[in-house]
Amino acid sequence: MRIGVVTFPGSLDDRSALRAIELAGGTPVPLFHGTNDLKEVQAVVLPGGFSYGDYLRCGAISRFSPIMESIILAAEHGFPVLGICNGFQILCESHLLPGALTRNADLHFICADQRVSVENTDTPWTRGYTKGQEIVIPIKNGEGSFQCSDETLQELEDEGRVVLRYVGKNPNGSRNSIAGISNKRGNVVGVMPHPEQAIEHLTGPSEDGLNFFSSILKEMVGR
Amino acid sequence: MAIIVVEVMLKPEILDPQGQAVASALPRLGFTFAKSVRQGKRFEIEVDGEPTHAQLEEIEKAAHTLLSNPVIENFVVKVEK
Repeated sequence: MRIGVVTFPGSLDDRSALRAIELAGGTPVPLFHGTNDLKEVQAVVLPGGFSYGDYLRCGAISRFSPIMESIILAAEHGFPVLGICNGFQILCESHLLPGALTRNADLHFICADQRVSVENTDTPWTRGYTKGQEIVIPIKNGEGSFQCSDETLQELEDEGRVVLRYVGKNPNGSRNSIAGISNKRGNVVGVMPHPEQAIEHLTGPSEDGLNFFSSILKEMVGR
Repeated sequence: MAIIVVEVMLKPEILDPQGQAVASALPRLGFTFAKSVRQGKRFEIEVDGEPTHAQLEEIEKAAHTLLSNPVIENFVVKVEK
């Protein structure tokens, strides 16, 4: 099962994502922002980091890279995409996901182990979890506050498209403590916390994040 | 030569923690006039000669697709000489 990870100029967590895919039992495939070649991967991860230095707005410039043209087109036809942190910001800028990520309410860059609950297990990236399951994975961002219009918020809640929600104190002012969402079809998921940084006890606070990658692999085998 | 200015501001309903931080720093320096502060971005785009109607339309389009994020921001386009 080939799963791609895109490296943009300024990506940081691309290697961690590749490693997580390998650990989950898949074949990680590095992809490059400057071409539109998806190298026959069956799903794609947009990793965390500071693509294009976060210039203009986080994800605003990456959204127009050649690889994103291919990904946007494929995603509209059901191709599974997971955006983590900066990847989530890119998905919002691409309009594959609604809303936007803005400066954390207290202006701090937050780096912490965060408890979140998995609220939507009906996506190819989260099917391995049980609904309402609480997991601990790291957050590390300065612009993680999820904002959207009242109508969009209502739609996300009514359609059960909130994938992850912060448990306890809202760390960054996100509306309804939202930490991750999906598109209507469920194939595109964006999360601010980093599941790829919680895949083994040696390097992370838990192994709770690995299921994102096992879930997609299981989904692909089942097809 | 003219400068086309695009000003981008967060929509009024979107939380602006940077503006709030500036607003709370002002009185510490003795500036007590500000009821609130909102922070935005200003782009200055240089063009040859007088900007044409077509150019301004292009800039509107660019402001909508790249310079601003219409989900959270509004923009205005002005010409300065």
